[in-house]
Amino acid sequence: MNTMANRDDIVFQVRGLTKVYRMGEVEVHALRGVDMELYPGELVVLLGPSGSGKSTLLNILGGLDTASDGHVSYRGKDLTRANEKELTEYRRYHVGFVFQFYNLIPSLTALENVAVVTEIAVSPMDPGDALALVGLSTRLDHFPSQLSGGEQQRVAIARAISKNPSVLLCDEPTGALDSETGVMVLEALDNVNRTLGTATAIITHNADIAGMADRVVHLSNGHITDVSQNEVKKSPRDITW
Amino acid sequence: MKALNRKLLRDLWSLKGQAFAITLVVMTGVATFIMFISTMDSLNLTRQKYYRDFNFSDVFVNLKRAPESLKSRIAEIPGVNVVETRVSAEVKLDIPGFSEPVIGKLVSIPDNGKPLLNGLYIRKGRLVDPAKDNEVVISETFASAHDFRIGDSFGAIINGRWKTLRIVGVALSPEFVLQMRPDAVSPDFKRYGVLWMARDALSQAYDMDGAFNDVVLTVSPHADVDEVITRLDNLLDRYGSLGAYAREDQLSHRIMTDEFRQLKRSAEIFPTIFIAVSAFLLNVVISRIVSTQREQIAALKAFGYSNFQVGVHYAQLVILITLVGVVIGTGLGIWMGKALGNVYMSVYRFPFLIYRLRFIVAGSAALITLASALLGTIHAVWKAASQPPAEALRPEPPARYRKSLIENTPLARFLTQPTKIIVRNIERKPLRSFFTALGIATACATMLTSGFFQDAVKYIVNVQFVFSQKEDLSVSFTEPTSGRAVYDLMGVRGVRYAEGYRVVPVRFRNGNRTYKTVITGIESGSRLRHILDVNLKAHPVPAEGIILTDYFREVLDIKTGDMLTVEILEGSKPIRRVPVVGFVQQYIGLVGYMDRKSLNRMMQEGSAVSGAYVTVDPMSMDRLYREFIEMPRVAGTVVRRDEVKNFYETQARAMLFFTFIAMLMSGAIAFGVVYNSMRIALSERSRELSSLRVLGYTRGEISYILLGELGLLTLAAIPLGFAMGKGLCIYIARALGSDLFRVPVVIEPGTYSLAATVVLVSAVFSSLVVRRRLDRLNLVEVLKTKE
Repeated sequence: MNTMANRDDIVFQVRGLTKVYRMGEVEVHALRGVDMELYPGELVVLLGPSGSGKSTLLNILGGLDTASDGHVSYRGKDLTRANEKELTEYRRYHVGFVFQFYNLIPSLTALENVAVVTEIAVSPMDPGDALALVGLSTRLDHFPSQLSGGEQQRVAIARAISKNPSVLLCDEPTGALDSETGVMVLEALDNVNRTLGTATAIITHNADIAGMADRVVHLSNGHITDVSQNEVKKSPRDITW
Repeated sequence: MKALNRKLLRDLWSLKGQAFAITLVVMTGVATFIMFISTMDSLNLTRQKYYRDFNFSDVFVNLKRAPESLKSRIAEIPGVNVVETRVSAEVKLDIPGFSEPVIGKLVSIPDNGKPLLNGLYIRKGRLVDPAKDNEVVISETFASAHDFRIGDSFGAIINGRWKTLRIVGVALSPEFVLQMRPDAVSPDFKRYGVLWMARDALSQAYDMDGAFNDVVLTVSPHADVDEVITRLDNLLDRYGSLGAYAREDQLSHRIMTDEFRQLKRSAEIFPTIFIAVSAFLLNVVISRIVSTQREQIAALKAFGYSNFQVGVHYAQLVILITLVGVVIGTGLGIWMGKALGNVYMSVYRFPFLIYRLRFIVAGSAALITLASALLGTIHAVWKAASQPPAEALRPEPPARYRKSLIENTPLARFLTQPTKIIVRNIERKPLRSFFTALGIATACATMLTSGFFQDAVKYIVNVQFVFSQKEDLSVSFTEPTSGRAVYDLMGVRGVRYAEGYRVVPVRFRNGNRTYKTVITGIESGSRLRHILDVNLKAHPVPAEGIILTDYFREVLDIKTGDMLTVEILEGSKPIRRVPVVGFVQQYIGLVGYMDRKSLNRMMQEGSAVSGAYVTVDPMSMDRLYREFIEMPRVAGTVVRRDEVKNFYETQARAMLFFTFIAMLMSGAIAFGVVYNSMRIALSERSRELSSLRVLGYTRGEISYILLGELGLLTLAAIPLGFAMGKGLCIYIARALGSDLFRVPVVIEPGTYSLAATVVLVSAVFSSLVVRRRLDRLNLVEVLKTKE
């Protein structure tokens, strides 16, 4: 649907992306020439079993890892050529991350965990507003150790969106959660995608989640094996596993 | 090798940075302990052997003149072993090419050959030829200070007559291991020398044919020395004896003994600090290892390893780290002990230095260190050993945090999130934070104690020489002389002003406490001598009564208004009672001050003086030195400026050595504590810091969080260290204080800032090492793991 968009409008354009890394004595080919795009406002689910290369792809898109070969451009800028400092700035101002294990700072409250990002961002949201968006207005002063897993993950989402990022990258956001709380987290992500129009990439090995995506990218053994469009997106509420 | 042992070695290897830092602290502790104790032992052993081999005497007496026939009566005193009579005198020397006043102590050598007591160790040349009246053997320190060679000669004024003396030998004597003028504050090898001369020649010069003025003797092993002294005093009293004294009161022996006492104190204080710090560091590190290895411990137990085996496994880690420090520390301690021995040997002259490290010293250093290391870690090791496997398999409960105290203050608004992280982490583990700060503070305190010594010395010099002594020269007369001699001095061209003084040897007595010293009589309204009170305010000498060095309050248990019994040791030796009218602040020696006329009255003498304080025209200095040498009445001259200069020079080398050691010690502690704390913090916090990096925080920003915490603790530690250091200085000052000298607790701002600088530099160095690791954090890995 967005294939005609201006190249600069494309959030990510990935061409021939290859990643080889050494694990001890063994060479692992994590990505073997991946091509893909992410368009503004789009919600993409990257689906694949473990070892398919989806995390590696997400890490490279997020500026956490470097490619062995190929190109990734973010809004027309070549990420594969960026240096350490530029990557840090890129993560700081443009990307919102959500991780499987939340990665909250244990010594900071929910509100402060969001503030830790808004303090260094350019035109961030109010941290309270970000938490309201994920339905945590009443838990602002709780420390991570006082929050449930689902609540912690929603804090992480609030933290990710609070900087008004161009793109939201989520690595198995429900991986550590049960179905019920997982759905609440997905609702929060869906809500953000709808209301703020933030391009969102979610990686998961849970095929059920694919229903809520605009597009589903299937990865296997370092290749993209299939890309499918969902004509009708499922509401997260209708997803169970 | 057993698998568990292999794990041990690998754990140790992966811990190498921290293990090294701890080893460094252990090593420094062991090294300083070995250094102090072995130096003390070595000097003690050397001294014992030297004393024994060269028959150092047990009792000493100086008197005016007694017939040689008295010798046999002295020998008859029960307990007396060997008696030797001598002739000794202080003379003015005229050294070619050295214009300043030099005083020589002449001691006779028996005409029939070698001295029976206080034998000479001939370093170069030979003993004097009894038939020659111009040959001398000189002390080694004096020879090297003036670069004298065998065959050189110099002039001496012996009993008013000029004589050229030829050097035939260079020697050492157990009597003058420390060679120092009795009324000086530090040894001055250039301006004071001991000369040995044939008895016959000396007797003739001093009209002592068939007589003596100096006795040394040894007593048999089980004799009562005090009894011998009493009998000796009774016997020699009417020959002008100044009172017999035992080896304990002999200047050279006395000062050396005091030095040994200081070494012993140092050996107690500093290693204790190190051992405590290393035990603390081991505790922190082992606790952390145990918590990161929870799952491994659980697995080991699940496989059937017993609590004991697991406990021993972690205890072995402690032992290994400590043992490395003990071994290297022992080696380093031996090396430093020898170096320190040589520092002492430059002042205390022995023919040889026997270095000795007793096995029990090395053994107890190792044992004490190991025991305290194990004691410090027993809790952590026990925790590891006693954990039920199932519990150990579960992850540790999440860390609980709460808002810090500072956030309840208006300051809270200014705290950024990273700053909150820092403050909350410090408050979450208050005990560990406190001990970390305490550890760093000990580094600061250690450094302070070394600087403090230099400040104290400077202060002592100022009080002793600069504030209270205003003369350029102090001239002593051969014997108490009429006050008119002072007017004669004033008539000498180049002398601007002169003021007489009277010195009388006395024994103070209050109840059963006694102390042998002198009373100095100062002119009323003296311009050149100031009596300083505790606040260093100058006071005039009161017309009546006596003023005492303040330390007498303790030594004689006396206070203002009390009557002091004064046994005069000169002339007819009268005993008087004098009211104590005040105390004077003084750090070196113990003396009494009186108005000169009042002292003359007490002595029932006319206007007598023992010498004069003189100010001179600086341009005439050299000419005056010469004139004073030639004045028969002048026994010697002391130049105040030289005395100050020499005091610093004598101290300089030892000070430099101790400052170096202190820097090493405090640097090691500061590095050990800061580096370890940072590594622990890094290991506990790396996940959190990586998460922040992922969120777009720069390396600098996350460094702030990690290093900021230690930075804050370091900053808190510095004032704490100042306070602890001051306390330690007070303790050391108390411990070292004696009648020879007292140490004032004076710490200059420069010393505080040096201590703080050493700590900060060590902290910054440790941060740089840790910062490198922070830059290499693996961002991807932390996202995939649960803590």
